[in-house]
Amino acid sequence: MLTHDVIIVGAGLAGMRAALEVCDKYDTAIITKVYPTRSHSGAAQGGVAASLANSTDDSWELHMYDTVKGSDFLGDQDAIEMMVKDAPHAIIEMEHMGCVFSRTEDGRIAQREFGGHSRPRACYAADRTGHALLHALYEQVIKKADKIKIYSEWYILSLIVEDNVCKGVVTYDIKTGRLEVLRGKAVLFATGGYGRAFSITSNAFASTGDGIIAAYRAGIPLEDMEFVQFHPTGLYGQGILVSEAARGEGGYLVNGKGERFMEKYAKAKMELAPRDIVSRSVQTEVNEGRGINGKDYVYIDLRHLGREKILEKLPQIRQLGIDFIGVDCIEKPIPIQPTAHYSMGGIPADKDGQVIIDDKGTKITGFFAAGECACVSVHGANRLGTNSLLDALVFGRRTGKALMEFTGNAKLHDINKNQEISSVRGRIDTIMNTSGTESMNNIRNELKEIMMSSCGVFRNKEGLETCLKKVKELQGRFKKAKVTDRGKTFNSELIEAVELQHMLEYSEVIVVSAINREESRGSHARTDFPKRDDAKWLKHTLSYKKPDGGIELKYKSVTITKHQPEERKY
Amino acid sequence: MSKVIFSIRRFNPEKDSKPYYKDYEMNVPEGATVLDCLNLIKWTKDGTLTHRMSCRSAICGSCAVKVNGHPKLACKTQAAEEIINGRMKIEPLGNAKVLKDLVVDLEPFFSKFQKVKPWLVTEAAGSQQSAVNVKETRQSPEDFHRIDAASTCIMCASCVSDCNSWASNEKFFGPAVLAKAQRFVDDSRDKATLERVINLSEANGIWDCTHCGECVERCPAEVKPMDRIVSLRTTAIKMGIVNNNGARHVEGFVDSIRSSGRLNENIIPVKSMGIFNIPGLLSLIPVGIRMFLKGKNPPIIHKHIDEMDDVKRIFKRLKK
Repeated sequence: MLTHDVIIVGAGLAGMRAALEVCDKYDTAIITKVYPTRSHSGAAQGGVAASLANSTDDSWELHMYDTVKGSDFLGDQDAIEMMVKDAPHAIIEMEHMGCVFSRTEDGRIAQREFGGHSRPRACYAADRTGHALLHALYEQVIKKADKIKIYSEWYILSLIVEDNVCKGVVTYDIKTGRLEVLRGKAVLFATGGYGRAFSITSNAFASTGDGIIAAYRAGIPLEDMEFVQFHPTGLYGQGILVSEAARGEGGYLVNGKGERFMEKYAKAKMELAPRDIVSRSVQTEVNEGRGINGKDYVYIDLRHLGREKILEKLPQIRQLGIDFIGVDCIEKPIPIQPTAHYSMGGIPADKDGQVIIDDKGTKITGFFAAGECACVSVHGANRLGTNSLLDALVFGRRTGKALMEFTGNAKLHDINKNQEISSVRGRIDTIMNTSGTESMNNIRNELKEIMMSSCGVFRNKEGLETCLKKVKELQGRFKKAKVTDRGKTFNSELIEAVELQHMLEYSEVIVVSAINREESRGSHARTDFPKRDDAKWLKHTLSYKKPDGGIELKYKSVTITKHQPEERKY
Repeated sequence: MSKVIFSIRRFNPEKDSKPYYKDYEMNVPEGATVLDCLNLIKWTKDGTLTHRMSCRSAICGSCAVKVNGHPKLACKTQAAEEIINGRMKIEPLGNAKVLKDLVVDLEPFFSKFQKVKPWLVTEAAGSQQSAVNVKETRQSPEDFHRIDAASTCIMCASCVSDCNSWASNEKFFGPAVLAKAQRFVDDSRDKATLERVINLSEANGIWDCTHCGECVERCPAEVKPMDRIVSLRTTAIKMGIVNNNGARHVEGFVDSIRSSGRLNENIIPVKSMGIFNIPGLLSLIPVGIRMFLKGKNPPIIHKHIDEMDDVKRIFKRLKK
């Protein structure tokens, strides 16, 4: 058994930011299923929000209002207020740490327009902002190499919680196949999102919700899982992200008739409406036969921006277009379609990352969550672009401070190591020793297809119920699926099987939460309940795993401070 | 769709005493990347095939493998462009120990970054200061552009895979690490430039690059590592960090051209080693003897070229 004061799972922005806060005083470990620089924070492109007011006037109040409105009033306003107030400081800190930012002529951090934001407040590094932030944090972590132990390519398989006290985790060393218990005074999950359950997604192969499932199985509810953000501009057929920066810099969305169709849906903000609205608009154009040549995609057209601006501001986007679909956006429009992008839902946590499991504020002592895997909830029913990197930085930092405070008064707990290991070993052996005839690949593909078609941009009762039935059928078939690689060294087939098991489990939670929420709010668009219903549904969903494996839904209220719900127009 | 044979180098340390090639025949779907093909093989033909991947949008650096002999990011490489006579050869990265199939040990690569202190050195950094009212450090767009290229590095190790200096000297920092160093040396916010340049001028640093250009060819991002190394060398000489073989070699080179328009290969090794470096000079003698015995020694009498006026003109212009 390995012991550290603080165990952080995940080495993206939230995890590494927290580690830097706590490592000077407490022995800190980071467990990550990939190397830190492979974390999916690095794929964020367009920017990170902060009301620095470097090119126009701006204020945290405006940022707060934009975020609350963007969340379709489901975001908790106390948390949002805190995040937007912390934002300028969080960004300046990153700059001081060495993060490379694009600059204004007078040397300040450059800021650009982004969807749903009323001011240009997206601080950016060309179109690879997440990469710049991730590497800046990684550099700081290398600097603290004697204080932060990194377990790269270790995979989380279980969270040890007893009587609402968190004691540690069970992990799997991918390189050797060895199971290991890590005991800690505090555990922080910064494990990212769960977009891989959809056939068209911008998410990394690694984004399979491992952390949220470990928490869910340990008796912790998942909050607002029905809210999955579809980014309007995924590369057609691939889902790879074409940054919102492309629209922030002035790109047009164009349908098969050559019309800038956003005029019909968001006359004032046009292409810079929030993502939920733009995705529905793209999908509506496609559904009504106005895709390009009647097909299931539209164009994002950047040609009018000119070569120089594209090369300076959007070089990565251009390269992705060339490499992946052979389209140079300087000369041609890029075919795009909505792509599963961000998980608003996750492990319920408060403003300091403390995990809370009900509407009464009951804590899991020693268990924290931050970043995309957490639901604080600052994004409510729909996240604004550039608020996710901000969320990871602000709550990573705050949670790190909370860990400092908590760890000082905390102790290590006894863990029955053999029992924990054998329980996880049993689960792995079950997967490894199945001699069935089902193919993991078919199950994964069928899951992704049904989730995309029936639990995607638009949803309805009938489709969701079909989807639920299918997910359950696939869960059954998974039990007969076979892993052919029986080795211990780098058994990626086994890891993929476990990931699929996670996907099957959280997909059910998403669908059940979505069936129950009989309204349309933010990213959750029900064609059979097209209106937002504040009287009944201005509340967060909490999904609990029942002992029999079923799901129990409860709800908790939304914190409203400054802004009462109002009609959302752009 | 066309039938293609993928010849993939396999090695499972639990079973195999040495690596071998296994062929998989498969239709390549239109628009498929090399990573798509690897996944199709793994998911439909042979679950034991092992490779790394994550973002599949060319930013995480996980999936670099050798395709037909040279490193490529599998996720951004169109398979159709790599098919040669109906075949494609896929192997693990070079200059690294293979853990299994296409997965190599990256610990030596990642741990080397530590040697160049790859973090910004300022008077006060991070959250130690009370930064509530502190503004960003100003940096002009021009200064941003000096570090922009190196900062696009995704640490995929493609450059290291084909690095000739690394192949002959495992202690060489390597292209990615040196590019990372340039990103700090040329960062207008950094306060440790001199210390960095001194460190980089030591053995295994900037002067150990052989200038072959493979890293520029192989880098899937915009780093062009060798160009970054050249920039570091220029900075080192400008800062007067010249008391080392590399800098002396460059100066000897320039002196020779200036005086005769061609390289005096008898003198340059001596100048590189340092004329007062007796042990160093003695170490050259066996090399000299071997060259002489093979008839490879340069002419004893060094002549200048006819167009010395042109050479002088070039140097004059350079000075301007």
